[in-house]
Amino acid sequence: MSSAAEFRNSIKQNWCPGCGHYAVQNAIQQAVAAVGLQPEELAVISGIGCSGRISGYLYAYGFHATHGRALPLAQGLKMANRNLTVLACGGDGDGFAIGMGHTIHAIRRNMDITYIVMDNHVYGLTKGQTSPRSDIGFRTKTTPQGAVETPVAALETALATGAGFVAQGFSLNLKELTALIEQGIRHKGFSFINVFSPCVTFNPFNTYDWYKQHLTPLASLSDYRTDDRALAMQTVISHSGLVTGLVYRDNTKPDYQTAIELAPKPLAHSVEKASEECFAKLLEEFR
Amino acid sequence: MQETCNFSWSIGGQQGEGIESAGEIFSSALNRLGFFLYCHRHFSSRIKGGHTSYSIRLASRPVRTSSGRLDILIALDQESVDLARDMFTTNSIILADTKLALQPNADCGATVIPVPCSEIAEKCGSPFLKNLVMLGASAALFGISAGQVHPALDTVFSKKGEQILMQNKSALQAGIDFIENHSACPKREKFILIPPDTSPQLLMMGNEAIALGAIAAGARFMAAYPITPASDIMEYLIKKFPQLGGAVIQTEDEIAACTMAIGANYGGARAFTATSGPGFSLMAEAIGLSGMTETPLVVIDCQRGGPSTGLPTKQEQSDIVAAIFNTHGDTPKIVMCPGTAEEAFYDTFEAFNLAEEYQCPVILLSDLQLSLCKQTLPYPRLNDLAVRRGKLAGSELPALGPAEYFKRFAATVDGISPRTLPGTRNGIHLVTGLEHDAAGKPAEAPDIRRMQTDKRHRKLDTVIDRFPAPLYIQAAHPEADLLIVGVSATRGAIEEAVELLGKEGYKINHIHFRLLHPFPAKAFQAYVQSAQKTLVVEHNRTGQLLQLIRMHIADENRLTGLTKYDGEFFSVAEILSKCREVLA
Repeated sequence: MSSAAEFRNSIKQNWCPGCGHYAVQNAIQQAVAAVGLQPEELAVISGIGCSGRISGYLYAYGFHATHGRALPLAQGLKMANRNLTVLACGGDGDGFAIGMGHTIHAIRRNMDITYIVMDNHVYGLTKGQTSPRSDIGFRTKTTPQGAVETPVAALETALATGAGFVAQGFSLNLKELTALIEQGIRHKGFSFINVFSPCVTFNPFNTYDWYKQHLTPLASLSDYRTDDRALAMQTVISHSGLVTGLVYRDNTKPDYQTAIELAPKPLAHSVEKASEECFAKLLEEFR
Repeated sequence: MQETCNFSWSIGGQQGEGIESAGEIFSSALNRLGFFLYCHRHFSSRIKGGHTSYSIRLASRPVRTSSGRLDILIALDQESVDLARDMFTTNSIILADTKLALQPNADCGATVIPVPCSEIAEKCGSPFLKNLVMLGASAALFGISAGQVHPALDTVFSKKGEQILMQNKSALQAGIDFIENHSACPKREKFILIPPDTSPQLLMMGNEAIALGAIAAGARFMAAYPITPASDIMEYLIKKFPQLGGAVIQTEDEIAACTMAIGANYGGARAFTATSGPGFSLMAEAIGLSGMTETPLVVIDCQRGGPSTGLPTKQEQSDIVAAIFNTHGDTPKIVMCPGTAEEAFYDTFEAFNLAEEYQCPVILLSDLQLSLCKQTLPYPRLNDLAVRRGKLAGSELPALGPAEYFKRFAATVDGISPRTLPGTRNGIHLVTGLEHDAAGKPAEAPDIRRMQTDKRHRKLDTVIDRFPAPLYIQAAHPEADLLIVGVSATRGAIEEAVELLGKEGYKINHIHFRLLHPFPAKAFQAYVQSAQKTLVVEHNRTGQLLQLIRMHIADENRLTGLTKYDGEFFSVAEILSKCREVLA
């Protein structure tokens, strides 16, 4: 079994000191070690932005793709080799702006992939523009009068789309975040994990302290159950999405490869010319 | 070769009248009889209803275009006759539904035989059988017996039960009987069919040839978004891939489709996508990613009328420039353009080899005419083909130290670096769409940038020499009066024009591009130089192929363009007419 440290490469992160993303990386390293993976069994696919660089900081197969497209790439990879553990990572711009369509459809498709959104409500790499997760009134370079567009409701969207695993973490609670990622990887199907990962440079509003004041751990709610979708939706809405922990899990939905009865052997291990016999049979239909 | 027979048959009516199924059955029957066929189904963008037609040209030698003439028309609606008005000769026969009340020898010059097809069909069990009644009548004019059509009927209706099969057979026979007993039946010798002496052949559309090429090459994953005229490829593979251990995903859009195909290739599968212009525009982003990350990718673009939504069901070749240049940045890629269904099969097979060998996007251009028209082709020779996966490194890699990366993008003489697949021990590396160093780490130092960019493009240096046939060459004349140049589906019309001009004594050579990028300039230039004039024939307004040629070879005023962008296929007559103008 590998240790968390073995999933760290020697590249210095380009994130600002205090960035919430360090904790996400740390949690991923601990979670994949806890699952018992070897570095070559893990592939981390990321999008573009501060968050997108994470695939380059972990020691595993890493693919830093195009903006918003981590999920299509991750799904293609999972189709080619279902033996791999595939993590998709991105920011709120990746997942809820340019890649929103992919997010919804990846959830619907339900491949066995863990998707971690590093949500800081702002565009950091391009130096401070509004995000689809920015709160109303949030002033940025592109919303000098304050944001007026309704923020995307991340958890509600995932629940409404039929996600079988929905969770939310916070960079300051490393233990919980690690456990959520580990559960997500172990979940057989698509796991959606939104992480409040504060941007200390461009978001002076949604700070660590602000989250500490506003977040409610679901575990602190008596009567909360993670197998009740209506309750999950109701609870998330009544807390304006500011909850942490496992929101919902449905273990009954088959993952995509199971649903289509794809052969267990990875496609990547069966690349060969069609056999004469099978090909001749196909051609007979064109007589 | 002596032309022993060359006829055109068409059935036209409203969608829902069994037009397509009659065409499919008759073409299948003719294919089994050994004729060379070219079948064209005409349809509009309407969802339901409206006029539709299915035309078959049958000949005793290969044909890859319509003839512009119509010998037998089955008219189930007036539009069928109106649309074909210019294609009749005095020998032509119209088998018309009596309901249309066409006059015998209507002003179009053809002989009209009214057939009470609805009544005959009713007697056979269903009014929906009138297409088979008419099919039988036309078969009788050609002297084709019911027994010669039955194998095709058996194939089509075997799954629908014995009763339906018998009804269709009786309708076919009733149509034949109607003509046999018709007092005014025209002289049969007009339409004497002599099947050529050929070994069994196949009949398929270009899209099916492409799908079969992908299957043969070991592709088992396709991600695609439905679009005319490419959807047949995914629809065929959705039927076939599951039983072959593969899968097709209908994605949310073409960006996802192309990116997913890249992900699957990165993972080590052979994966691809197919689309048409509007989807191809969306794929530009992913094609760049494939180029930058040196991840194999095959993209099929079945061109249609553009720009934007353009002419979804009409012919055009206006993505030629986009296929090469639609991606931002200096993107290494290979662009292929088969001209026949047979080439489409082999070129698709080869596209997967090239994508893995050169670790870059391979774009295979088709066009609506090649993609959708059915044509005769010989059985592909699977034995001659081999899967080549290029520098795929697997076992026996040297052990990596802690956090050490495999040098996936190491500089090599030929620019191609060994590739490892995720899951490979000691093959761990990074991939990024950012400029990167040998291990795939983001890097923007000028020397690394130059080195990696040069490496990505140096790869392409050997493509032209290793490509099986960059040019299709039909050049009998060391000194030609005219060289005609084309791409994709214009092949058939140009070939016939060349032959006709040859009979008039002109020396005409013909080149059809099969590789557009890297551009095979050296080989091509020789043919331009040995011809007095060169005519570049293409389906677009801006002369994209002509402009591409001018980028690569000295023009010296030898080049002339013939463009067509009304959505219709080039006719032989149009090409002939332009050739005469240029030759004059």
